[in-house]
Amino acid sequence: MSALNTLTIAEARDLLRRGDVTSVALTEACLTAIEGAGRLNAFVHHTPDLALRRAKAADVRLQSGDAPSMCGIPVGIKDLFCTEGVPSQAASRILDGFRPPYESTVSAQLRDTGAVMLGKLNMDEFAMGSSNETSVYGNVINPWKVDARDLTPGGSSGGSAAAVAADLCLAATGTDTGGSIRQPAAFTGTVGIKPTYGRCSRWGIVAFASSLDQAGPMTRTVRDAAIMLQAMCGHDPKDSTSADLPVPDFEALLTGDIRGTKIGIPREYRMEGMPAEIEALWASGAEMLRDAGAEIIDITLPHTKYALPAYYVIAPAEASSNLARYDGVRYGHRARLSAGDGITQMYEKTRAEGFGHEVQRRVMIGTYVLSAGFYDAYYNRARKVRTLIKRDFEEAFAQGIDCILTPATPSAAFGLGEMADADPVQMYLNDVFTVTVNLAGLPGIALPAGLDSQGLPLGLQLIGRPWEEAALLNTAQVLETAAGFVSKPAKWW
Amino acid sequence: MSEIDLETARKVAHLARIAVPEDKLPALAQELSDILNFMEQLNEVNIEGVEPMTSVTPMRLKRRPDGVTDGGMQDRILANAPDAREGFFAVPKVVE
Repeated sequence: MSALNTLTIAEARDLLRRGDVTSVALTEACLTAIEGAGRLNAFVHHTPDLALRRAKAADVRLQSGDAPSMCGIPVGIKDLFCTEGVPSQAASRILDGFRPPYESTVSAQLRDTGAVMLGKLNMDEFAMGSSNETSVYGNVINPWKVDARDLTPGGSSGGSAAAVAADLCLAATGTDTGGSIRQPAAFTGTVGIKPTYGRCSRWGIVAFASSLDQAGPMTRTVRDAAIMLQAMCGHDPKDSTSADLPVPDFEALLTGDIRGTKIGIPREYRMEGMPAEIEALWASGAEMLRDAGAEIIDITLPHTKYALPAYYVIAPAEASSNLARYDGVRYGHRARLSAGDGITQMYEKTRAEGFGHEVQRRVMIGTYVLSAGFYDAYYNRARKVRTLIKRDFEEAFAQGIDCILTPATPSAAFGLGEMADADPVQMYLNDVFTVTVNLAGLPGIALPAGLDSQGLPLGLQLIGRPWEEAALLNTAQVLETAAGFVSKPAKWW
Repeated sequence: MSEIDLETARKVAHLARIAVPEDKLPALAQELSDILNFMEQLNEVNIEGVEPMTSVTPMRLKRRPDGVTDGGMQDRILANAPDAREGFFAVPKVVE
């Protein structure tokens, strides 16, 4: 048997059910791995006692024969999820010391199915970032390394991606507003799925841009993504946008048969200056799907180039509204005030001290595009462009396209600090292939498909029809099997 | 369209309730201008007759009876407050 912390969810589940391993043993193996991986800075709030208590309870449940798939599986939870009594601060100073008296719906569902929370995972502050360099806890370091440089694990779910890739946990939760699950998955050789908008409840997840935010699993295999997604999905009366639709058994629908599936290749995703390696990976991915019996069809999504600018109007606008609640009154940080300071100074000083640079920038951009006189020119225009972006996908699906294949990211992981002097728009380009999916509310999955010439993982993305995560996962698994990606980062930390 | 000048940057910072020192305003104005320039691409799109998106999934929001569903937990709500006194959130004096 391989080291317990390196197992997949499916392997661990089968061993747990047969009584060949206990959840306590699995949990201890992960806790030991976490202890030895401080250098990666992935776990930022450790909850070993809670984890062992939950593992013991899971073992009792397993012995009684009541064992849902996630029962006894040790997972990490992104710091964006509110977890009862455990610090939850969205990697922001402004939520310093905040201990929610409640549990987010998604993490509660995982807890109730028997999953074991090991601790909270680092991320970009308020999920705003693509490199995990905006966190109050400091950078996360990618376990993949090819030279002296420390590489970014991507963002915003960088702690989740690094922890899964470094075998610190069997799986982790992530959230995705513009690519924050799929881009870090691609940078770390892991699998990440963002389900259809409305599949997972957003209740108890710190809000960034409410019309775009979705939670999803980050795992080592597509099968694991199917298992964990199932446990995270479902209707929640506390989130009025969560869909009251039955959740299929995603794992049971992994048939491995995609004959006759129509795969679209969008011509607009062939970006100028795209590395040849990524172009080649994309072509070989299409070839693998063709070999498996799928039909490859060139399609057009004409408004693709406007997705990023539309996103960078809509997401900051929603963020400026959502983040208005951080005022130093009800929770988190409050600035020390000078004599004579009134309530306005309290707000302004608190938010200046509590929010990092990128968050301040986005809140101010959002404030500007929503302000009187500019609302129509920016915000309303962006929402109209969003309608057109969604329509592009609807037209492709109406032609019979089942899934769309694209690269996941325009590059492999880059070095931490390398983008420090670039203008913010350069960093935003990381999301160029993923952001359209959030704007259209569609499910998207990133999976590792190869290594670049330096030896770093590269990912492909599949985009599915709304609510058809089952077909998307099935196609992804066929691609995963054909690509045969088995590389792991060599342990250096 | 619009270059962000110092006065606009100052106004946006105030509307966002974020204290920005005077010496940081020029850099902020420049950053905001760069981002807005990037957004200017949206002006190339023909949006004639297009409805702005209000909901990405065509779903009718659920209805429920308009009643109290929760409450009676003042202590838990105040537990995270930076300054809570006598069952209230405390803030600097608002009314003279």
